[in-house]
Amino acid sequence: MSFLRQTANAFLLTELVAGMWLTLKYFFRPKVTINYPYEKGPISPRFRGEHALRRYPNGEERCIACKLCEAICPAQAITIEAEPREDGSRRTTRYDIDMTKCIYCGLCQEACPVDAIVEGPNFEFATETREELFYNKDKLLENGDKWEAQIAANLVADAPYR
Amino acid sequence: MVELWTTYGMEFVFIIAHIMAIIVPLLVSVAYLTYAERKIMGAMQMRQGPMTVGPFGLLQPLADGIKLFSKEIIIPSSAHRVVFVMAPMLTFFLSLIAWAVIPVNKDWALANINVGILYLFAISSLGVYGVLMAGWASNSKYAFLGGLRSAAQMVSYEVSMGLVIVTVLLCVGSLNLQDIVLVERTWWMKALLFPMFIIFLVSILAETNRAPFDLPEGESELSGGFLVEYSAMTFALFFLGEYANMILMAAMAVILFLGGWLPPFGLSGAWIDWVPGVVWFGLKTFGILFFYVWVRATMPRYRYDQLMRLGWKIFLPFTLIWVLVIAGCLLAFGALPS
Repeated sequence: MSFLRQTANAFLLTELVAGMWLTLKYFFRPKVTINYPYEKGPISPRFRGEHALRRYPNGEERCIACKLCEAICPAQAITIEAEPREDGSRRTTRYDIDMTKCIYCGLCQEACPVDAIVEGPNFEFATETREELFYNKDKLLENGDKWEAQIAANLVADAPYR
Repeated sequence: MVELWTTYGMEFVFIIAHIMAIIVPLLVSVAYLTYAERKIMGAMQMRQGPMTVGPFGLLQPLADGIKLFSKEIIIPSSAHRVVFVMAPMLTFFLSLIAWAVIPVNKDWALANINVGILYLFAISSLGVYGVLMAGWASNSKYAFLGGLRSAAQMVSYEVSMGLVIVTVLLCVGSLNLQDIVLVERTWWMKALLFPMFIIFLVSILAETNRAPFDLPEGESELSGGFLVEYSAMTFALFFLGEYANMILMAAMAVILFLGGWLPPFGLSGAWIDWVPGVVWFGLKTFGILFFYVWVRATMPRYRYDQLMRLGWKIFLPFTLIWVLVIAGCLLAFGALPS
């Protein structure tokens, strides 16, 4: 009997037909991919993308040059130099992040006591040269201005879980 | 002079126009076959396929073509230059000349010769030379292995393919492709020919080096097989030739088993006769091509010994027996074609 079944299966190509039927079913299923540059998937508020230095609403930069981020950075990608400003407040004169070293662990934003350095939702910052990825303070502040609305919204959204 | 023109010149222009009328649609359909393949495979893997170039990625084949045309042709220093360049040309050329005898509609073949199917079979068998030459001339071990495999594979499956064609010829009693389409087949002939149709479908997969029989290419093991040293135009010619061959084999299956340009399922009447035969021919051919892609999306690659086993130990005996069965039935029912 098993011989009969085996022979029938072999000649009627049941296994092949079953496989083909499966792929045909998948043919009509909705596609799981999205049309990337035109459509984008949702991103969590915790997403750790491109760095940004934030400002207070009055335009004053948040960073107080405590260098906790520099200290905690496991990739040692952050370099900070600081001295007192004319008004006596402690500010950075230099804040560089080597984005080619950065591992996007998010420890800098965890360490920051004033929420100055954050990793924003932007992940599309590919460049054509390596030098463009050595971010300085101007670039980071500019990022902060550019993404502030979204960064602030993300911080609020994530606050209950911290 | 005028006489010369009217007797020979017109004829010449007419033939050239005829050839163009075959080759241009063929090359366009080759281009869009690659597009269809990527789209269908994409859908079966729940992807979208090409979407960026043009609406729904419809201009993708064009972009691919431009890319291949504008790249540099690299000829390896250790390759045999003449044979290396000849191989893709031969493949492309052979895949085109076979179309001379394909009747896409009644009396629409360039050459309605009496030994059409023999011609087709001969040309498609020659196709192996392109691959062999490429494999040998590249002077690379991967290409060489690919060439060896393809030679063995094509020879093995040609045998069963030939026998399948014999069964059809027994039923219709003509080598002319138009007659093969037009001769009426009784219901029991159709039933008997159905297993042959399946075997033919599988054999043309092997014959055109398509998955699951794409051992000569074997991306994962031979890193492209006989294609490994080819680039730019030489590669493009191989590619075009291979896809043109796919369409050719599909057209052959349509002519032998699916009734060519006639409406499907023997339908007839005024409500369907207005559809030109080319449309039916195209739809049927596309059906077979869809099957090709469908199989590629479903099956993993055969191992080499499994391929040989299938060809020599299953298909060959089965088709041999079936030739006898069909011949016997034809004798018994007195239905031998006169």
